[in-house]
Amino acid sequence: MSQLDDLKSAIKDRLGELECVIGWEQGYDALHATPLFIRTEADLDRLVIGPLAVHNLATYLTAYKGKKIGVVVKGCDSRSVIELVNENLVNRDDIVVFGLCCDGVVSQPKIRAALPADPGFVESVTIGTDELKITVAGQTVTLKKSDVLADKCRVCQHPNAIIADVLIGTKQNPAGANSLACQEEFEAKSDAEKLAFWQETMSRCIRCYACRNACPMCVCRDYCIATSRDPLWLSQDNSPAENMMFQMVHVSHLAGRCTECGECERACPVDIPLMLLRRYMNKQVKDVFEHQAGTALDQTPPLFTFKVEEERIHERGW
Amino acid sequence: MPAQDIRELRIVGFLCNWCSYGGADTAGVGRFTQPTDLRIIRVPCSGRIDPLFIVRSLLNGADGVLVSGCHPRDCHYAEGNFYARRRLELLKRFLPVTGIDARRFEYTWVSASEGQRWQHVVTEFTHRIHELGPAPSFNPMSEVDWNALALQAAQGQGCPCHG
Repeated sequence: MSQLDDLKSAIKDRLGELECVIGWEQGYDALHATPLFIRTEADLDRLVIGPLAVHNLATYLTAYKGKKIGVVVKGCDSRSVIELVNENLVNRDDIVVFGLCCDGVVSQPKIRAALPADPGFVESVTIGTDELKITVAGQTVTLKKSDVLADKCRVCQHPNAIIADVLIGTKQNPAGANSLACQEEFEAKSDAEKLAFWQETMSRCIRCYACRNACPMCVCRDYCIATSRDPLWLSQDNSPAENMMFQMVHVSHLAGRCTECGECERACPVDIPLMLLRRYMNKQVKDVFEHQAGTALDQTPPLFTFKVEEERIHERGW
Repeated sequence: MPAQDIRELRIVGFLCNWCSYGGADTAGVGRFTQPTDLRIIRVPCSGRIDPLFIVRSLLNGADGVLVSGCHPRDCHYAEGNFYARRRLELLKRFLPVTGIDARRFEYTWVSASEGQRWQHVVTEFTHRIHELGPAPSFNPMSEVDWNALALQAAQGQGCPCHG
């Protein structure tokens, strides 16, 4: 718990100069966290951190542009902050970053799958070093943390906040693995299988735009081309092709900017594995431009610039 | 001969005004025979081409998309095709994960004087698309839809597209 106390005292020190500090608190039940906007010291009591604090709070930063605010970030979230700063979408001097050393967050769908029945209202959760004890309807279930860890944490290369005014906790080691079995399995499929997969998956999409709204790099907000009538990029038709087109809009607007925080997939109410697309695009960006978004300050996203001679783009023989 | 050959496929071409559109014109003036499956859309510069134009075409049922601009360093606007090159390369590499065959999209550079090269590019690309055949639709018709259409045709009402 000392990490939480350290964080609280660090926030208390800076709260006076800030409009608010964004952290997490317990949500509607013990298993879910929700963002917390700390304005007074009294709010600090509700602050929580740990494996249930899944949200990427960098998403809120652009809404506060021009005001001085603080934000609590995990390693992965800090990449989003860096990318926002690099693109001049937020001013570095306006934000105070409270960086955490994170040992992974949970995936709610995985917890749901691991529990014997639909949990409904979870009464209490006890978090140990390797396990979670979840109490539902008087029964306690113990889950291994490694079983319910979010996919992004299994391949996490930046567990400690890269950018931080205050870094809290002891530094964690990056994950050993650097590719996910589910990703490799999907990429190995044939075009026809992939097409059938997306046709089926996209027919579930209800185009709620939760993936877009949760995305820290989607900053157009009211001017998103997906919801504009002129030009009309997308019709209201809820067919797989239109839904896929929306995902293509999202992916292409994030090419070279996506920090792989996984918020789109987490926010999706129908569990579409959106990260299959994002991770694949990021892999291509890394291959061609040797670029990983949000890993260093003063990077330019690769599609914002060019080289006269591209070392890694070779014209195909015609 | 019908205006639209049934064996023709739909290939959309995005051509920059200054080089490739001129190159296609040169090929025409030179009377080089070439396949007629390509529908050309003229754009000011290859840098004008949003990769989403290509995705939109493919999802709307194009069988192939060809993009052509000025050779790098020859852009009328100095640097448009340098940006285009990065975007198009990334799209080309990204397509496989969506299940759309990446061979259905190609980008290349043709200058205004290269009529012969244009003929070569169009012929090659059209052949390639014909080998791949019509693109599978992203919105497949279900068996119920097909049966309804067949019934409609049997009743002499024709299909919705041909009245």
